[in-house]
Amino acid sequence: MSDTDSIKKGFEAYDSGVEKSIARFPERKKSFVTGSKSPVKRLYTPLDDAGRDYARDVGFPGEYPYTRGVQNTMYRGRFWTMRQYAGFSTAEESNKRYKFLLEQGTTGLSVAFDLPTQIGYDSDHALSQGEVGKVGVAIDSLADMEILFDGIPLDKVSTSMTINAPASVLLAMYIAVAEKQGVSPDKLEGTIQNDILKEYVARGTYIFPPAPSMRLITDIFAYCSKSVPNWNTISISGYHIREAGSTAAQEVAFTIADGIAYVDAAIKAGLDVDQFAPRLSFFFNAHNDLFEEVAKFRAARRVWAKVMKERFGAKSPKSLSLRFHTQTAGSTLTAQQPDNNIVRVAIQTLAAVLGGTQSLHTNSKDEALALPTEASVRIALRTQQIVAYESGAAETIDPLAGSYYVESMTDRIQKEAEAYIATIDGLGGAVKAIEKGYVQQEIQDAAYAYQMDVESGERVVVGVNKFQIEEGSPKGLLRVDPIVGERQAAKLKELRAKRDNRAVEGTLAALKAGAKGDANLMPLILDAVKAYATLGEICDVLRAEFGEYQQKVIL
Amino acid sequence: MDDSAVSADRVRAGDARATARLISMIEREDPSRLAVLKALHAYGGKAHVVGITGPPGAGKSTLTDKLVGDLRGRGRKVAVIAVDPSSPFTGGAILGDRIRMQRHATDDGVYIRSLATRGHLGGLSRAASEAVRVLDAAGYDDVIIETVGVGQSEVDIVRIADTVVLVSVPGLGDDIQAIKAGVMEIGDVFCVNKADKDGAERVVREIRAMLETAVLNGAATRFTPLFEARSALRGDAGNAGGATEAVASRGPAEQGAFHHITAQATGHPNLEIPPVVKTVAETGEGIGPLVDEIKAHEAALAATGFLRSRREANLAWELGRGAAQRVLSELERDESRETLAELARSVLDRGIDYYDALDALEDAMKRTQRAATTA
Amino acid sequence: MERTIRVLVAKPGLDGHDRGAKVIARALRDAGMEVIYTGLRQTPEQIVSAAVQEDVDVVAMSILSGAHNHLFPRVMELLKEKGVDDVLVIGGGVIPDDDIPGLKGAGIAAVFTPGSPTGDIIEFIKKNLKRKA
Repeated sequence: MSDTDSIKKGFEAYDSGVEKSIARFPERKKSFVTGSKSPVKRLYTPLDDAGRDYARDVGFPGEYPYTRGVQNTMYRGRFWTMRQYAGFSTAEESNKRYKFLLEQGTTGLSVAFDLPTQIGYDSDHALSQGEVGKVGVAIDSLADMEILFDGIPLDKVSTSMTINAPASVLLAMYIAVAEKQGVSPDKLEGTIQNDILKEYVARGTYIFPPAPSMRLITDIFAYCSKSVPNWNTISISGYHIREAGSTAAQEVAFTIADGIAYVDAAIKAGLDVDQFAPRLSFFFNAHNDLFEEVAKFRAARRVWAKVMKERFGAKSPKSLSLRFHTQTAGSTLTAQQPDNNIVRVAIQTLAAVLGGTQSLHTNSKDEALALPTEASVRIALRTQQIVAYESGAAETIDPLAGSYYVESMTDRIQKEAEAYIATIDGLGGAVKAIEKGYVQQEIQDAAYAYQMDVESGERVVVGVNKFQIEEGSPKGLLRVDPIVGERQAAKLKELRAKRDNRAVEGTLAALKAGAKGDANLMPLILDAVKAYATLGEICDVLRAEFGEYQQKVIL
Repeated sequence: MDDSAVSADRVRAGDARATARLISMIEREDPSRLAVLKALHAYGGKAHVVGITGPPGAGKSTLTDKLVGDLRGRGRKVAVIAVDPSSPFTGGAILGDRIRMQRHATDDGVYIRSLATRGHLGGLSRAASEAVRVLDAAGYDDVIIETVGVGQSEVDIVRIADTVVLVSVPGLGDDIQAIKAGVMEIGDVFCVNKADKDGAERVVREIRAMLETAVLNGAATRFTPLFEARSALRGDAGNAGGATEAVASRGPAEQGAFHHITAQATGHPNLEIPPVVKTVAETGEGIGPLVDEIKAHEAALAATGFLRSRREANLAWELGRGAAQRVLSELERDESRETLAELARSVLDRGIDYYDALDALEDAMKRTQRAATTA
Repeated sequence: MERTIRVLVAKPGLDGHDRGAKVIARALRDAGMEVIYTGLRQTPEQIVSAAVQEDVDVVAMSILSGAHNHLFPRVMELLKEKGVDDVLVIGGGVIPDDDIPGLKGAGIAAVFTPGSPTGDIIEFIKKNLKRKA
């Protein structure tokens, strides 16, 4: 009898034994599912390995198809970057928080901008009222950016900026600040999120319609590949798609479909795939179901590698390897019994690390209700450090490989994701699928199902629908002083009085002309930024030329 | 605001709250609406009622949003009624058309109201025609009604609107199906939206071909009598000689009825069909010409006297429906139910046949009415 | 017959997260209510105008950006200016407990923070309508 046959026999015997047990002691539930509601078997065995070829499907770290990781030494060479997203209120306040985080051991900066900044409005715009400095730092001009990075050497830190529609402007400001520090652009390391497609679908901070947005994105790709070669020009994001309610497989599929759209756009714009693809990066969610998440990350790497090789013919290993940042799932944090969130984040951290992330942000316990205080963000950072130094999870590469369960799930998520991608291809690609509302509908349906499961009790959320307690309101939450809006408005007034307004007008006129044609807009934006044109002024020029996106709402 | 504060005066003064509340009272058939509606009656009849219909996904809401913008630019006050389907299971509804028009929310010259069908089949809600009359009396120059969709059963719009715009889009496989199902009888102006997509030209051609075929086959269409009446006018206009040329050189809206006196471009000379306008609602392309055609249609209706006759026919139909509705309500009453049950038992027991039963029912109802009038 | 409840679900300000608003809209629809959803980026003026024109019984605002202390009271102010006193106004989203008394003082009847079951929201609406059937 072969090995497989004897295992089969053994399994059948086990199974019939189980049936007898269940008759007497039923299992906890009728059906067992993953966090994304995919069925989970009672037991996975070597029989589940059938059909998988280690060399072809799993492989080695740093080698195609990168299932086991994108670098050959992974965390034995260097831990993931501990990069805590931060920013609020004024540039001065945020600068303080960045210095605190660097002292406490973060290895990279991650800038959060407020909504007016993300949507290209100055702090004194009518729509900015009440919003200035609330979800991130308010940046109206280069002057604010200079304060934000005051005393922070941009050749020594890498900075990730969560900015999308006006990414070109903020990147230009960053480059300008670096220049003033005497740091040339080719030394700069960091990322801009710059992923407009997910804004239309899940996050909502869009400005312009898809076509001109893609133009800005490919302008950035082209500019950086020449002048800022160590910069990650895009962080193709699945985090928000998952937060909006999608399943794990949808998170992978819709993200990679967006990635395909960006690669298509760049190639259409005349760029060579191996020229810009090495600088594409991704951003995923670390959700509750530990094993599903690990499988998801592994599947994502495999799917992307195949897409880049087979669909786009990319040759450089850097084009084929999916590098990603992860954030623990904000939507899993509860307002009830917030200390429990520390435990949730720890498990999600483990998932991200076992899944091979390149950098990680961990949420703080109080974030269901407010931005984190210094104390709670320190715990979040310590969580990463404890996993890194105490848990053993980083001592070997891809430790869950070979698990019958995890490999099975990796394959399953890969297949599901590829099916979704095929559907999106059939609809004409991600841009068209979004236009048709397909992606939004899928996400919403999943979100509604999730909520109904929580309300029926089928999905347990500890402290919310089970194990509740009577509790008072949490104390000591961070508050953003509403005076920030006024202060920024005053700063703007001063800026406009002090700067050379004719020079500003000149740069804006040049930008307008450039936007009408097809010149690369980055140098023109850089000029405007250096003349201290405000973010709102620059974006208004582009709004006039490109128009504004009208939201499509699918309910 | 209490319901009792709703008055014809407030509605006519442009009090949006009073207007809105009145429409709600109409929706729930609140008896106190009647006094106000009667008081408003004298003021109606001026608004141009435009129906926007077409399959889901045609972009009707975006189109309506742009039409509103264009009409506002022409100095007109516009009201919109947007209808969405109620869930047959829960009775609830998500009314999502307003989203695309919210930029007009703070314009005093625009009023937008979302209505759910509340179980009514036909593409509109029972309150829709009454709501149109209210908005007409309130002083809006144009009342646009956006229907749920189009299909063989959704033909209410024809009974309410002066001008019906049928919106199609390329790429919907069922598009032409819907058109084949007799929907050709519904449209006064045809619009192909999302005209920047592949297949737009084909849709335009197919619609034109269908319209021409309908005319050639002598099919009963909505537009044939109107065009015949225009031909009559054309005869007069022809005698005016040079005047026609001068008129023809102006834009369609200014030409009014005369716009349709000059021949439409069709595959056949001398074959007149309604206009087929291409639009890209998202960018605003084609909106001006579409509004021109809508206005030209109104002018043609007015010039030929068809505006009046169409409204007369619509109202007659509505009266008939109103009467039928009263009979149905009558039959819902407990006494009627008893009568019905008795008659049904009789038929089942083979005492009387179905037709006798119907006669008996009619008699019973007449008797009840006579009793009511003499009481 | 029970009167159909009409609800305006609104997203004031620049916050682009609509998962909650959409889930609530669906839940209210499934509970038999007519829901008018405004979409994103609504100014208080737009919200109030829609509430008036649609003659809603309830205005439900969802906001996750922290701008609630400015935007919610502003909506209440405008409703007052228009003489609208019979609409139930509720809010939800990322709103710290400490802010709730202030919002209630401004006229927000209830604030539903993260974890609130949609069933609770539906019950609250049914029990607290200012206009009775």
